[in-house]
Amino acid sequence: MIQQTTPEVGGMGHSIKRKEDLRFIQGKGNYVDDVHLPDMVYGHVVRSPYAHARLKSIYTEKAKALPGVLAVITGEDLAKANLAWMPTLYFDKQMVLATGKVLFQSQEVAFVVAEDRYTAADAAELVEVEYEELPVLVDPHKSTDPNSPILREDREEKSNHIFHWEVGDKAATDKAFQDAAVRANVHAVFQRCHPAPLETCGCVADFNRATGRLTVYLTSQAPHAHRTLFALVGGIPENNIRVVSPDIGGGFGNKVPIYPGYVCAVVASLTLGRPVKWIETRSENLQSTGFARDYHMTAELAADKDGKIQALRVKTLADHGAFNAAAQPSKFPAGLFSICTGAYDYPTAFCEVDGVYTNKAPGGIAYRCSFRVTEAAYLIERAVDVLAQELKVDPVELRQKNFIQPNKFPYKSPLGWSFDSGNYQAAMDLALKKVGYAELRKEQEEKRKKGELMGIGVSSFVEIVGAGPAHTFDIVGIKMFDSAEIRVHPTGKAICRMGTKSQGQGHETTYAQIVAQELGIPAADVTVEEGDTDTAPYGLGTYASRSTPVSGAATAVAARKIREKAKKIAAHLLECSEEDLEWEPGKFYVKGAPSKSKTIQDIAFAAYTNLPDGMEAGLEAVDYYDPPNLTFPFGTYICVVDIDKGTGEVRVRRFVAVDDCGNVINPMIVDGQIHGGLTEGLAIAFMQQIDYDENGNVQGGSFMDYLLPTAVETPHWETDKTCTPSPHHPFGAKGVGESPNVGSPAAFVNAVVDALAHLGVRHIDMPVSPWKVWTILKEKGVVS
Amino acid sequence: MAKKQLVRVKVNGRERQAEVEPRLLLVHFIREVLGLTGTHVGCDTSHCGACTVVLDGKTVKSCTMFAPQADGCELMTVEGLIQNGNLHPLQEGFTEEHGLQCGFCTPGMLMSSYVLLQKNKKPTEEDIRWGISGNLCRCTGYQNIVKAVQYAAAKTEGGGK
Repeated sequence: MIQQTTPEVGGMGHSIKRKEDLRFIQGKGNYVDDVHLPDMVYGHVVRSPYAHARLKSIYTEKAKALPGVLAVITGEDLAKANLAWMPTLYFDKQMVLATGKVLFQSQEVAFVVAEDRYTAADAAELVEVEYEELPVLVDPHKSTDPNSPILREDREEKSNHIFHWEVGDKAATDKAFQDAAVRANVHAVFQRCHPAPLETCGCVADFNRATGRLTVYLTSQAPHAHRTLFALVGGIPENNIRVVSPDIGGGFGNKVPIYPGYVCAVVASLTLGRPVKWIETRSENLQSTGFARDYHMTAELAADKDGKIQALRVKTLADHGAFNAAAQPSKFPAGLFSICTGAYDYPTAFCEVDGVYTNKAPGGIAYRCSFRVTEAAYLIERAVDVLAQELKVDPVELRQKNFIQPNKFPYKSPLGWSFDSGNYQAAMDLALKKVGYAELRKEQEEKRKKGELMGIGVSSFVEIVGAGPAHTFDIVGIKMFDSAEIRVHPTGKAICRMGTKSQGQGHETTYAQIVAQELGIPAADVTVEEGDTDTAPYGLGTYASRSTPVSGAATAVAARKIREKAKKIAAHLLECSEEDLEWEPGKFYVKGAPSKSKTIQDIAFAAYTNLPDGMEAGLEAVDYYDPPNLTFPFGTYICVVDIDKGTGEVRVRRFVAVDDCGNVINPMIVDGQIHGGLTEGLAIAFMQQIDYDENGNVQGGSFMDYLLPTAVETPHWETDKTCTPSPHHPFGAKGVGESPNVGSPAAFVNAVVDALAHLGVRHIDMPVSPWKVWTILKEKGVVS
Repeated sequence: MAKKQLVRVKVNGRERQAEVEPRLLLVHFIREVLGLTGTHVGCDTSHCGACTVVLDGKTVKSCTMFAPQADGCELMTVEGLIQNGNLHPLQEGFTEEHGLQCGFCTPGMLMSSYVLLQKNKKPTEEDIRWGISGNLCRCTGYQNIVKAVQYAAAKTEGGGK
């Protein structure tokens, strides 16, 4: 149980207003492009118009001759410093600037530096590059065809195949399928999409020749890890690098990798001794930085005649583009995709994934998800619906029949995870009640008689978030803990610094609430600071919903260390023994004599003024927290859609989201996270796609073609929650930022398929555009 | 390089002027010449609305105008909302209703909402959704932005702001 604090203290469970808002609503945020340093110059990247081409020559003289141009850097120049290539975050390397050939459209070919951004862009136009076009490989299914071009000449292995990975018991799974009374399968493509945070990526690299120190202001979700990578790759001593991640305008996984533009800006600053700013355009962002998904998946479910699931078999082809730049720290090439067994209890499963290269932008980042969890949740929730169709049972009934029961936790999944806690039926019951499921099914039946199309989609997802533990997760060997440092000032106010970095999640508020909960210092009196590697303790950053599970835990543990010392000081002040003291948030009092007490503020002052003999001064603590396990948030989402037969347009009439993320720090912020994640899920289900034509030209390279929902397309979300605390987290929290994005795509697609199920439709690939739906209606003879 | 042009504007009530290249985008004029960095660039193609400012009472996307086109005009940016140290009801609404997360779209949202409320004192939810439909937000799902604008509308109703 969480002890309730007063609203003035603002501990856990209070919807206190966000501290960060005051600067943002006044236009006083400080994003990377707002950083303006004396003598600063600007970089611009020259990019390839071709998806696959040999670089014949690069002629830079005209560009260099333009007044205001300071440098033009090419791959050959970088090669001299051994910087033409850099390691990716997943056992591969990628070109910083192209040498030899280009492997995707918009690949970085040269970097122009000029006195202002307009001149830099002008000069980029003057860089003359001669290309010889090569055959292009776009379809991942053709990657291993003998006739396909081998893309990566730098690799010893002359193949476009990157990895084969499998997990589970193949023999037992195959046998279960042989014996099964019922089998169902679905082939589902989770399309390539892009997180597209509203702020693009960029940096200001500032090398000070006098001090030998490099400061990089960076759109970084992981500033400490990036500092280490800059040191390892660039050979600059790590103490001479400071990475500052200022306000970040949304990340969603896009700002986890290191991009060539950053490296070029650093090289330019080292060369020129001046600060160099590089900010992507939106098109550069969509066309060249961290894409997500592009998983081509087949799932098969085996069940007995009563609908009890017996086994799951999954085969997936993963398109990684030109370089395997998957930004994921797990030991598994397909990340946490093996969470694909879902919320259901069955004895065996087998999952295999093959990764391949194509002539597309590199990536494979975790877009608002923990490393392929979204793909997994979508796949199992689609497959269960297909099985329900096969069995001719209600998809809700089928789910209920197969849920892992609450008494089975911790639950060992057939693919090896230990689910910490869950009550899937409770979340579903609440969602069914809220949406009025039985009535909706009746309404649907009546509408069908009249020829109207209405669908109800259900998704009962399970997530896996909060990476570490360190034994399974690392970045270049650095174990996946995270940190918090709390210093209590003499006047009882505090400052906390963490190894994570908010990109809008509200850390300045929620971490302060954890301190308020643990120490009773009002959240208003606690300053939270992240993102400056010179001041914050080391950490691996914010993604994979890991801030609350890991740094949040570290904050609580650090606060408890402070409380231990505070108790000793309180005993000294009250002239009693520690055993005689009781704690309630904000003060220690003598058992049986509550009027004899010392507040945390009294104790803080004493920590600098009146200490017990031999005690070290100060009141502060650091904790590096390695979680014993991941956390497993879950929920049930129900979506109701109506389809316009004339246009194929899908209207989301209602969407009920019941989430369970364990104990909640700030309900207002959790609700906001869910609204946002559902909206991104909506976007993925209906709009967002980075597609390529047969020549490898990007088809979603600007907001003209890469569709994002506005307030008009976005429905009103109905949210609610159940609470099943994580048993291993210090305050029972699980993480929530990604649940809605992980759980919702299946709910949307299931609803559309449900609306068309009586026509024999089993599956529609995302994005479910009006054109796709209309085409199906035409094929089925619903419209002429 | 083309001959520089003099651009004179009244921005947030203050007269400002500078000689600039004729091709300088208004958003860069605001951010880099006037030093008002609350106005953001999110897309370069006038889709996202992060650069929305108020020009002679109408919202414009300042990434899609040249600075000289604003010569002689009155401009209002997010920095102009606060009056004598008092937050505008919209600013209050955004924080009270959790209408922002990363904050990057917020200045543009505030400007669009400001003009919406100037024209329509009692907007319905649908009016608000259409009123901010030129502004993209990737964080909030818009729901709490709608509530923030409703908060401001309720607060200013009859108050004649």
